[in-house]
Amino acid sequence: MLLLQATVSGLLLGAVYALFSSGLTLIWGMMNFINFAHGEFVMLGMYAALLATWAGLGPALFAPFAAAVLFVLGALVYFGLIKHVLRGPMLAQILSTFGLALLLRYSSFFVFKSDFRTLPDSELSGTINAFGIFIARSQLVAGVAAAVLALGMHFLLTRTALGSRMLAVAEDRSAAMLMGIRPDRMQALAWGLSAASAGIAGALMAIAYPFSPSVGETFALTAFVVVTLGGFGSVPGAMIAGLVIGLTEALAAFLIGPVYKDVVVYGLFVAVLWLRPHGLLGARAR
Amino acid sequence: MTAPAGAASAAAAQGAGVRGTAWAAGVLWVALLLYPLAVGTTSSAAFLQDVGATVLLAAITACAWNIVGGYAGQVSVGHAIFFGIGAYASLAVYSWWELPPVTGIPAGVVVAALTALVIGAPTFRLQGHYFSMATIAVAELIRLLVSNWDWLGAAIGIQGPATPRGWWDLIYRSAVPYYYMYLAVLALVIGVTWQLARSRFGFYLRAIRSDERAARSLGVPVRRTKLLALMLSAAFTAVAGSLYALKVGFVNPESGLGILVSVQMIITAALGGAGTLYGPLLGAIILVPLQSATNTWFGGSGSGLTYVLYGGIIMLLARFAPGGLAEVWQRWLARRRVARRERKHVINAA
Repeated sequence: MLLLQATVSGLLLGAVYALFSSGLTLIWGMMNFINFAHGEFVMLGMYAALLATWAGLGPALFAPFAAAVLFVLGALVYFGLIKHVLRGPMLAQILSTFGLALLLRYSSFFVFKSDFRTLPDSELSGTINAFGIFIARSQLVAGVAAAVLALGMHFLLTRTALGSRMLAVAEDRSAAMLMGIRPDRMQALAWGLSAASAGIAGALMAIAYPFSPSVGETFALTAFVVVTLGGFGSVPGAMIAGLVIGLTEALAAFLIGPVYKDVVVYGLFVAVLWLRPHGLLGARAR
Repeated sequence: MTAPAGAASAAAAQGAGVRGTAWAAGVLWVALLLYPLAVGTTSSAAFLQDVGATVLLAAITACAWNIVGGYAGQVSVGHAIFFGIGAYASLAVYSWWELPPVTGIPAGVVVAALTALVIGAPTFRLQGHYFSMATIAVAELIRLLVSNWDWLGAAIGIQGPATPRGWWDLIYRSAVPYYYMYLAVLALVIGVTWQLARSRFGFYLRAIRSDERAARSLGVPVRRTKLLALMLSAAFTAVAGSLYALKVGFVNPESGLGILVSVQMIITAALGGAGTLYGPLLGAIILVPLQSATNTWFGGSGSGLTYVLYGGIIMLLARFAPGGLAEVWQRWLARRRVARRERKHVINAA
């Protein structure tokens, strides 16, 4: 029974991993660029939820608020920084978001202090009992909402005109320009969406888990592992891999010990790098 | 007509650049040799000498990173692994067998080079961002393992001898002996890098940095070259880690293997100029005093603020001067030379 409980909560957390990792893989798929500040975007989403409670907003508005804040931040980062280093040397590309990550993380320490925080009790507190398994209501909401949104992102990319335009820019920038698509706008949009997905994931997790400015580093690594496992640039891959990683973490914590859950996940990552460097689902690797 | 003249002046400018840099380097080495004596008479001599030693250690570490991160263009964000191996090796030989910490240096070098081989073999199949990401994850994995490994002091860390048992423990109250020890090692690292950059191997590295596929198609043994560069870089980084442990006498997972250790190397090299001989040293001369200044001004909360500053500097570098200060310096020399030449032309014409 406890094993089943660990499985369920692992899958619910995995859905949230899937959501923010989809954002990371979107950027990679569109411009061969890894955002090292992605974990920091998740962390900022958590603090956006905190600010929302301070502003008196109800829990239903946490995620939309975080999404709006992070969307704007993502687009600003694109226009202010990424756009200018995209054609630059590799070192500049890596340094740009790495510097951003440091700036965001340590500014947050300065503004919000290093203590762990939790959101005040709300309608989402408490647990429900489903067939003898106890699930925190907040975890359930976070997991389900994240799964729905990750699917939504996938459909946005594959089933809408906007998604086609974004993929066109990814495929061939100049051809897309000739078709009347403005690559800069599409790429800024991708950064906005990517950051928003991280922000929402952060806001959803903030309801269920305590957080501090240092959590971004762990989430960045989690997103790397998920994206690698799922195959770079593949949103469906990231979704499945997110669930796998959430489950692995929960089972490792349950069966071996909480200290070793990250060891198991990073070990898995190294193993994937050794055996399938293009991910489990990355058959059509570049 | 103008094109050859332009080319000639560009070549002349480059010549001037080399000569200008050689002059600056000579002055720099003399200044470094005299620094502890020069500040020895001031009221805060001990502090300034300590900062000097820290500058040199940061320079050694950044120079070591620079071999693979700068010259070969493989941006490792996991070099803390090798630094930590060096630091832990020095202190482990003491805590396990009561050997003097200095004897840990060769052990650290060997372990670091082997670790580099093990890490490099799979990760070097990856390129660019992918490699950087993999190195972060491996470093984090190793930090977590060491944090839970009692032989290496787990999360608490391990210590060196508290008081010197003899001269061979190399424990001094003053920073000056460490300063000259570090200066000698720095000269060695820069000398090796200099030789390397002029050799066939150095050309291979730069070819890989500018275009890996093109380099491979021209017959550069890409993977072997990258692996060798990583092993050499790891070995020097381990020496730096051991030197750190000799002076500080203590290491824990955070100070030896934390991600900020890697960040420090990268920003130091990138600020001065990644892939240049003196860039890392220049970066260290600027950054380390800046860091101790922010720590002094802002007290305990200063360390966080230091990294806000670091983040800002890194972003500005990436955006405006990816080649670092070395690029700015070369640009300035070239411009000055061209300006002087043009002035001469104007005078002759008159």
